[in-house]
Amino acid sequence: MIKISSLVAVTAYTLILTTGAFAAGSHIEIPRNEWSFSGISGQYDKAQLQRGFQIYREACSSCHSLNRIAFRNLAQKGGPEFPEEELKVLASEYEVDALPNEDGEVKKRSAVLSDRFPPLYANEKEARSIHNGALPPDLSVIAKARGTAYVGPWYWHPFAMFADIFNGYQEGGSDYIAALLTGYDEPPETMEISEGMNYNKYYPGHQIAMANPFAGGNNQVEYQSAMIPSTVKQYAKDVAAFLSWASDPTLNQRKQTGWQVLVYLLITGVLLYIAKRRIWASVKH
Amino acid sequence: MKAHNDTYLPSGSISKWIDERLPIMRLMHGQFVDFPTPRNLNYMWTFGGILMFCLVTQIVTGIVLAMHYVPHADMAFDSVQRIKRDVNYGWLIQSIHAVGASMFFIAVYLHIFRGLYYGSYKAPREVLWILGVLIFLAMMATGFLGYTLPWGQMSFWGVTVITNLFSSLDEIVPGLGSSIVTWLWGGYSVTGTTLNRFFSLHFLLPFVIFGLVALHVWALHVSGQNNPTGVEMKVKSDGVPMSPFAVMKDLFALVIFVIMFAWFVFFVPDYLGHADNYIPANPLVTPAHIVPEWYFLPFYAILRAIPSKLGGVIAMFSAIIVLVFIPWLDTSRVRSTKYRPLYRWFFWLFAFTCIALGYLGAMPAEGSYVFWARVFTFY
Ligand code: HEC
Ligand code: HEM
Repeated sequence: MIKISSLVAVTAYTLILTTGAFAAGSHIEIPRNEWSFSGISGQYDKAQLQRGFQIYREACSSCHSLNRIAFRNLAQKGGPEFPEEELKVLASEYEVDALPNEDGEVKKRSAVLSDRFPPLYANEKEARSIHNGALPPDLSVIAKARGTAYVGPWYWHPFAMFADIFNGYQEGGSDYIAALLTGYDEPPETMEISEGMNYNKYYPGHQIAMANPFAGGNNQVEYQSAMIPSTVKQYAKDVAAFLSWASDPTLNQRKQTGWQVLVYLLITGVLLYIAKRRIWASVKH
Repeated sequence: MKAHNDTYLPSGSISKWIDERLPIMRLMHGQFVDFPTPRNLNYMWTFGGILMFCLVTQIVTGIVLAMHYVPHADMAFDSVQRIKRDVNYGWLIQSIHAVGASMFFIAVYLHIFRGLYYGSYKAPREVLWILGVLIFLAMMATGFLGYTLPWGQMSFWGVTVITNLFSSLDEIVPGLGSSIVTWLWGGYSVTGTTLNRFFSLHFLLPFVIFGLVALHVWALHVSGQNNPTGVEMKVKSDGVPMSPFAVMKDLFALVIFVIMFAWFVFFVPDYLGHADNYIPANPLVTPAHIVPEWYFLPFYAILRAIPSKLGGVIAMFSAIIVLVFIPWLDTSRVRSTKYRPLYRWFFWLFAFTCIALGYLGAMPAEGSYVFWARVFTFY
């Protein structure tokens, strides 16, 4: 029995170590944050998502699209849950292609709740020509498309991974975005920054084409609630939370269902164990 | 097939009528209720049932995904996003399918190492073992094909790298390798055409696996199960009937396995994946690191460890193919590793090597050294 469990442990270790090989690469330590949606039971904070959306609109939407999100999604449970009336007004400020009319012309119409956020650029070439050759990615899945790398001694790595699985750490992308947006700084003297590029502590290679969206510093955005500090740090966290929701809109439901399923499985497990003991009690083995 | 006591008693008149014409229920009853199982099996023997569960789960979730998925270069990525966002419980089904592939491989690796440890590949179970190796090969193909479907950066570049391996055959017969690659791609580069055919094959292969599994179980029920001591049951009555004894134990183990499965599905669904696969495929931008899924890493490491491309490909494939010959490479008459102290040593060394290979990705001498050392001890 001991051998079996050590075999299981060895295999688990294999699994963990091999997944670890993914993370190998440019190792910039990204600070981890406490998110309301962290871990195995965390849920989104509606008010934070609403603030994050405000930041997206005011500071990012001029360059970054949000193609996979429909206006109605912003009203859904487990999201920012804006009132539908507000969203109808918001949608009507955007224009999308109408169906071809009798003469085959495609005209514009104002958007409705079921429409998605319209694309900002006709194609990648146009986007790059506007942004000096760089491409501002669509932000709908950005929080899942980025992560953090493990920094530390290799022998500790498997334990760190066990801990992450056990604690349900999935916020690498959120941490990265929050870090990126607060990572603008003066470059170190030894570093040459190319024309049109900006120094950023957390961007791989440290030179990013995106100018600091919060160059205006603290108080550049006006929050409705006076309780929330109007600082760059707060903006970064709020918009990162909003983008995390955009990448993973079913997180609240997923974790809630997860707990129900686990409780059910645990009870079934105990019952089966008792039944098994009873049945095997009559045979020698 | 009536090797053991037949306790099947059709009750109603309808079941009697069927039993006289097609005794399928009698067959099932004999194979899965009365079937004698050794009473000293440990929990390493529960992975067969768990694997069956994994296969059925992949097929059921896969069929639902296929109803919504669009195998087109411009739409595949978005269609998976739509499944996760807009299809009712699509997030759950997609997550079960993606995590399920990894769980399937965890279970199959444990199952294979069980076989290696207890000598389950030895006579009279060689055919059973070879069918198992074929299932493993088909699973690897299916996993690889499936990973291309979301058409993210890692999908695209993974296909590009792996299919390109065949071009190394050019070193043997000039032109052969590149023709095969062009044929696989359906063109001169990886495109939507490639995606479309990979989808078709990804749909097909699990059913081939299902057929192989049926043969695997058939072979098992002809030779009977091995057990931790490696000493055969002398008479059938030494065993206990599969139902309820083995079934109950398997079910308990299954629930424990499903708890781990559920943990990943609900709390860390992306843990086993790669963030780059959430970036839509772009043939013009190569990711910083191209890595396959974790369950291929030991093989990928062997591939990269050998400086020549052709050599690497040969080493990688032989690492899998050698499994087929293990029943004949290992000439010891003792089955269970419990009674083979020297072999036990090499067994754990081998397990360790697999880990090391997986982690380091590149440990040339060590990997093949230990691997071959192990093969030598078989003699
Ligand atoms: C003036 C246009 C502009 C604005 C405004 C802007 N960005 Fe960017 N962003 C870019 C460009 C251009 C890139 C591509 C950078 C590169 O490739 O070097 C980029 C890249 C990014 C990336 C990807 C970085 C990576 O790891 O590849 C993220 C995340 C991002 N922006 C988030 C934001 C957020 C959040 C905001 C609002 C707070 C914002 N951006 C505002 C232009 C902009
Ligand atoms: C042996 C069983 C199977 C294995 C190991 C397997 C594995 C995989 C993997 C690894 C992926 C990529 C998931 C991701 O990373 O997002 C995938 C996707 C997919 N599979 Fe399977 N699969 C199996 C059976 C099936 C079957 C039977 C079907 C259909 C009948 C199917 C249909 C699909 C579809 C449509 C996708 C794309 C959607 C997505 O990416 O989630 N699969 N599969």
